[in-house]
Amino acid sequence: MAAAEFEVPTLTEYTVVPKIKEGATSHVKTFPAAEASQAYLGYPWALTEDWKDRTIEKMGDLLGKYRSLRVFMDACVHCGACTDKCHYFLGTADPKNMPVARQDMMRKVYRRYFTLPGKIAPWLVGAEDLTEDTLNQWYTYYHQCSECRRCSVYCPYGIDTAEVTMAGREILNHIGMGQKYSSEILVKVQKIGNNLGLPGPALEDTLLGLEEDIEADTGVAVKLPLDVEGAEFMLVTPSADFFSEPHVESLIGYAKVFHAAGVSWTLSTKASEAGNFGLFNGSYETMQKVAMRIRDAALELGCKRIIVGECGHAWRVAYSFWNTLTGIGYGGDDPFSKKLQQQLDSRFPQPMHICEYTWDLIEQGVLKFDKSLNDDRVITFHDSCNVARGSRMGTEPGGQFTIPRNIIKAVANNFHDMAADTIGEGTFCCGGGGGLLTDDLIEVRVKGALPRMNAYNNVAQGNGVNFLALICAICKAQFTKVLPYYGFDRGQVGGVHQLVGTAIKLD
Amino acid sequence: MTSLTVIYTGLFYFATIVLIGGVAFRIYEYSRTPAPLIIPTTPAPTTNTGVAMRMAREVVLFESLFKSNKWIWVFGWMFHVGLALVLLRHIRYFQEPVWFWVEFLQPFGKYASFMMIAGLAGLWARRFLVDRVRYISTPSDHLMLALLLAIGMSGAMMTFVAHTDIVALKAFALGLLTFDLQSVPGDPILLIHLALVALLMIIFPVSKLLHAPGIFFSPTRNQKDNPREARHIAPWAAAMDRDKA
Repeated sequence: MAAAEFEVPTLTEYTVVPKIKEGATSHVKTFPAAEASQAYLGYPWALTEDWKDRTIEKMGDLLGKYRSLRVFMDACVHCGACTDKCHYFLGTADPKNMPVARQDMMRKVYRRYFTLPGKIAPWLVGAEDLTEDTLNQWYTYYHQCSECRRCSVYCPYGIDTAEVTMAGREILNHIGMGQKYSSEILVKVQKIGNNLGLPGPALEDTLLGLEEDIEADTGVAVKLPLDVEGAEFMLVTPSADFFSEPHVESLIGYAKVFHAAGVSWTLSTKASEAGNFGLFNGSYETMQKVAMRIRDAALELGCKRIIVGECGHAWRVAYSFWNTLTGIGYGGDDPFSKKLQQQLDSRFPQPMHICEYTWDLIEQGVLKFDKSLNDDRVITFHDSCNVARGSRMGTEPGGQFTIPRNIIKAVANNFHDMAADTIGEGTFCCGGGGGLLTDDLIEVRVKGALPRMNAYNNVAQGNGVNFLALICAICKAQFTKVLPYYGFDRGQVGGVHQLVGTAIKLD
Repeated sequence: MTSLTVIYTGLFYFATIVLIGGVAFRIYEYSRTPAPLIIPTTPAPTTNTGVAMRMAREVVLFESLFKSNKWIWVFGWMFHVGLALVLLRHIRYFQEPVWFWVEFLQPFGKYASFMMIAGLAGLWARRFLVDRVRYISTPSDHLMLALLLAIGMSGAMMTFVAHTDIVALKAFALGLLTFDLQSVPGDPILLIHLALVALLMIIFPVSKLLHAPGIFFSPTRNQKDNPREARHIAPWAAAMDRDKA
C-alpha cells in the first residue's frame, strides 16, 4: 500500500464530534465522466452553454416529480440535529459535509429561483444566485455523500439528504458534469450485464472453476448453474461475488445452501448484477432500465422465485423499488405486472433476500452446521446502510437487523455486537457507498470510515473481535481497502454467507 | 373608527387570508406532487395504523429529535408545547361564552409562556454557542427566533406586568370574527404584540415554518413499508411506462 497522501484519523474510544474546519475536503473531487459513457447514457459530457437554464429547468422538473425533494426543500428549520450525524463530517470536519449544509447547497438555489422571499430578499433567507462555483460545490460535495440516510433517522421531519444528493447528481448529469465511476458502471451493466464488465463466457469459466474448488475442498459436487431454463430459483447477486475476495466466499456459501436444500437454482448472464447504480445517480429511468434486466431474465428462464445475494443498495432497490419499476412483487393489476406475478410462486415474498431464505431453512431444520468450524473467529455484524434504513427482511419491521444476526449465531459460537448507537437504524456507513467506491475518492473513503472503525476497534480491543461480517458488496470492497489504513488485516471482513459456507454440513 | 383600528383590522384580515390561503396552497402543492418510490426510513410501520402512530409520536413527542440531540429536543419541545398551550389559551378571546376546557387551561396557558420563552432562548443560544449550528444559521433563522421571542415576551408582559384592557381587546377580536368591527385598544405593548403576530401569520406560508404542514407529507415518515405486497406507481411513471409499451 502506498503511503497515504493525507492524514489518516486516529482511532478513539468514542467518535468525537470535531470542530468545523472549512474547506477541509474541498480539494477532493471525483473524476469527471467522459464522452463515451455519458453519450451512451444520453447526457452531455462537458458543461453545456445553457447550464444555468438547464439547471433551473431540471430542478423545477424534479420538484414537480418528487414530493420528497419538494417538502425537504421547504421544511428544514436549521435546527442542527443532523449536523453531527454524517460519517463524512465526523471524519473530515468539513462543515459542507454536515447533512443540512449539503442540502443547503441546493436549498439556496431553490430559495433564489422558486420562492418569494428568495426572489425579493435573498440575503435574508440564505438564497444565492446559481453560479459555476455553486455547481462545482455540488459536484464536490454531492460526491462526498454515500446516500446512507443516517441523517434521515435523526431529522425531526425525516429530511433525507440522499434524496437531495440524488437530485443534485441527476441535475449535474443533465448539464454535463457526470461522475466517471458511476457513469462507466452504468454503461457496463447495460452493455455487458454486470458492473464489472464480465462477459458471459468468462462468467461461465469462473463458475466452473469455483465448482472444482468446492469439490476439491469438500468432496461434494456443489454446482453453480448458469442460465438454466426452468430452474425454480434465480439468484441475482452483485457481480463482485463472482471474482472479488472476500465476496466469492459468500457466493460459495449461497451455492452450498441451495445444494443442502436440494433445490434447482440458476444464475443468469443477463441478470449477472444485482447492483443498480441508477439509484446513486437519482435517475428513475436509468434505475428502471437496469432493473428491467432482472425481470427479463426471470421471464426468459421461467423461474418461480427470485433471490437476491449480499448487496446493500441492490437489496434496497430490489425490496423497495423492483415492484414499482419492474413488477417483481405482488399487488399489481396491470397486464405488465400480472404477467410476472402469475409465473412467481405466490407462497413466498418476491424478491427474497438470501438471508431470509437461509434463515427460513435454518428455522425449518433443513440446514445442519458444525459451528466449531467458525471458532477461530470472533464475529461482529456491520449493518449496511441501505439494508438497515431502506429495506426490510422477514415480516416484522427490524427483521433486517435480527435475521442476519440470527444466522451468524446459528453458524458460529462467538458473536459480539458493536456499540448500540453505531448499529441498527443508527448504523454508520462503511464510507464507500453511494457511488464513492473509487480510488479518486480514497481520502473521503478512509476518513468517512472513521466512526465505523472506532466502533470496530472497541470490540476488537475489548472482546477480541476479529471478523467484521456484513451483507453488502460495496462494504466488503470498501473495508478490504480501508481496514489496513487503520491497522487491521484486510482478511477480517467477509460476508454472512462466508460464515454459513464455512460451517454448513453437506452430504 | 380611528385610523389605528382601520390599519389593525385590515392587517388581521390580510394576515388571516395569507395564512389560510398560503398554507392551503402549500398543502395542495405537496399533496399534488407524487412520491414515485417507496422511501420510508426503515424500520417503518407496515400498516396505516402504524404510520399514524409513527406520525403522532413524531408530531407530539418529536421522537426523531429525541434520538438525535437532547438539548435541541428539550428546548424545541418546551417551545412548541408552550406555544400550543398559549395558543389554546387565546381561544378565549374569540368566543363568548368560553368553553369549559379553555377556562381550565387558563392558568397553564399563562405560565406556559415562560416555557415557550425559555425554549426559544435555548434554541437561540445554540445558534451562537455551537459552531456547527452557527455555521448553518442564516439571518432569517435569527430573525425568526427574535420575532417569536418578541411575541412571547410582549404577551407575557401583558399577562404578568402591565395588564392591557382585555375586555376591549376581546371586543376587537370578536368584532373581527363577526364582521362587527370594534376599536383596537391603544396599548402600545398590545399593538406591538398584535403587529408581530400578524407578521408571523403573513410569513408563515413562505418560510421555514412550513415544517409544520411539511412533516405530514414527508415520505420517509408517512409511507408504509409494504413494497413487496403492493405495487406503488406514480402517475408520471405510469405514463412513461405506457409510452414505452
